[in-house]
Amino acid sequence: MAEAVESPGDPETTTSRPLFAGLSDISISQDIPVEGEITIPVRSRIREFDSSTLNESVQNTIMRDLKAVGKKFMHVLYPRKSNTLLRDWDLWGPLILCVTLALMLQRGSVDSEKDGGPQFAEVFVIVWFGAVTITLNSKLLGGNISFFQSLCVLGYCILPLTMAMLVCRLVLLAEPGPINFMVRLFVVIIMFAWSIVASTAFLADSQPPNRKALAVYPVFLFYFVISWMILTFTPQ
Amino acid sequence: MAAADELAFHEFEEATNLLAQTPNETTTRSDQLSPKGHVAVAMDSGGSYGAEDEVEESDKTMLLQEEKQQPGFWTFGYYQSFFDVDTSQVLDRIKGSLLPRPGHSFVRHQLRNRPDLYGPFWICATLAFVLAITGNLTLLLAQRRDPSIHYSPQFHKVTVASVTIYCYAWLVPLALWGFLRWRKGVRERMGLYTFLETVCVYGYSLFVFIPTVVLWLVPVPWLQWLSGALALALSAAGLVFTLWPVVREDSRLAAGVLLSVVVLLHALLAMGCKFYFFQPLPPEPMASPHQATPPPPATMLPPTLPRSVAA
Repeated sequence: MAEAVESPGDPETTTSRPLFAGLSDISISQDIPVEGEITIPVRSRIREFDSSTLNESVQNTIMRDLKAVGKKFMHVLYPRKSNTLLRDWDLWGPLILCVTLALMLQRGSVDSEKDGGPQFAEVFVIVWFGAVTITLNSKLLGGNISFFQSLCVLGYCILPLTMAMLVCRLVLLAEPGPINFMVRLFVVIIMFAWSIVASTAFLADSQPPNRKALAVYPVFLFYFVISWMILTFTPQ
Repeated sequence: MAAADELAFHEFEEATNLLAQTPNETTTRSDQLSPKGHVAVAMDSGGSYGAEDEVEESDKTMLLQEEKQQPGFWTFGYYQSFFDVDTSQVLDRIKGSLLPRPGHSFVRHQLRNRPDLYGPFWICATLAFVLAITGNLTLLLAQRRDPSIHYSPQFHKVTVASVTIYCYAWLVPLALWGFLRWRKGVRERMGLYTFLETVCVYGYSLFVFIPTVVLWLVPVPWLQWLSGALALALSAAGLVFTLWPVVREDSRLAAGVLLSVVVLLHALLAMGCKFYFFQPLPPEPMASPHQATPPPPATMLPPTLPRSVAA
């Protein structure tokens, strides 16, 4: 029920009166200015910002994107509870990592034998379709993460495995032997665990609590397959 | 008599005490009686009963409306209804498929007519990758014993494995479901499973092959055959016990033929996987005459020398 506005000068008259009845009693003092300008400084700043990215040099644009990608790499290497990967997602990092991994994993074109390692296209397809399938799975299970955020996280968390691939290629330049294999196995296992921990830190919170394991298991399978491809890589 | 005593009116002590304290109030249900809060509950209950009735009515109408509006197959919500399972439910279903019991149909007891697509899809994916990986590992272990065998990652086997497993787990239930529908058209009394329930049964029945395939790494032939036979028996038993209540109403011939075809297809899958991915080792090493490298005792890497020499 609407009650009448109390006029400020009469605190004793608290009986119920019709609405806005006391407005006529209020007098506006002449020395309170009620005119002026309303400006929103933020709006003009945004307009300024938009036009400046069009005019800036190419080097600035590239450096800004590279810095964003580098910052996310750091977040993957030292996984903390932060939202940077999810908030400012981008797919440059996953693309760079996937292309690097596929280039390093493909067998040479001289080898025409059918059973060899994966081709460039096979690695690419496995990584991207695997990431899309896991994202669809977690969305269908009821997770509240967006499609591209999940792709971004899964792609960035391939970084430890790409580093393992680099190390393996360097180790394979040395002489073959059981120590060679043990070193590669050890490195791949460590990096596989790191990838799982990094991606789980970002993805697990977005799932309902009684389905976390259902959403994390496909991620485990995905990184396991990539680790297997890295471990069985044999130079020709 | 005792019966008459039981039938006589018994006044409860608590109620009489409370009535004595507050003679104007009415007594309520015994579970609402409490020494201190009694008065407040009694006074509110009269008003809240009316509100509860209203809430029940609106709930009922809301439920009926929800049932009418099932999402269409082009919406995301339609597919989300097939992934409406918890971790514990998936684990229970897997356990149920590992231990089939006669008379316990998987659909009735485990699925409770709420099939999911998570289990079949990811069990098939896991089985396909495990098949390819363990098949490759077998070759690696064989090469370790006998360095003349050429080891290669054999990545094309992943494609073959996944195509085979997925086709089996989705096309065979489709054929089975179609066949059962046709038989239901002929004989009205037969039961029926939906397509998704059939896919679910087949998908979960493939789970027992995952540990079996890992066991096949051990290069002892009788152990491999024994574990394969055990896995096939468990898996086929699960399928037969699930299908039996449905085909029971059909003629004996049709039921017998259907069940034996199901078991036969399952056996073909198991044996095909065993022979293709775990090829038995050749009896003598395929050594080229120019091979001069003496086999080191514990080499794990493929010798690149024989290939370039033989080429």
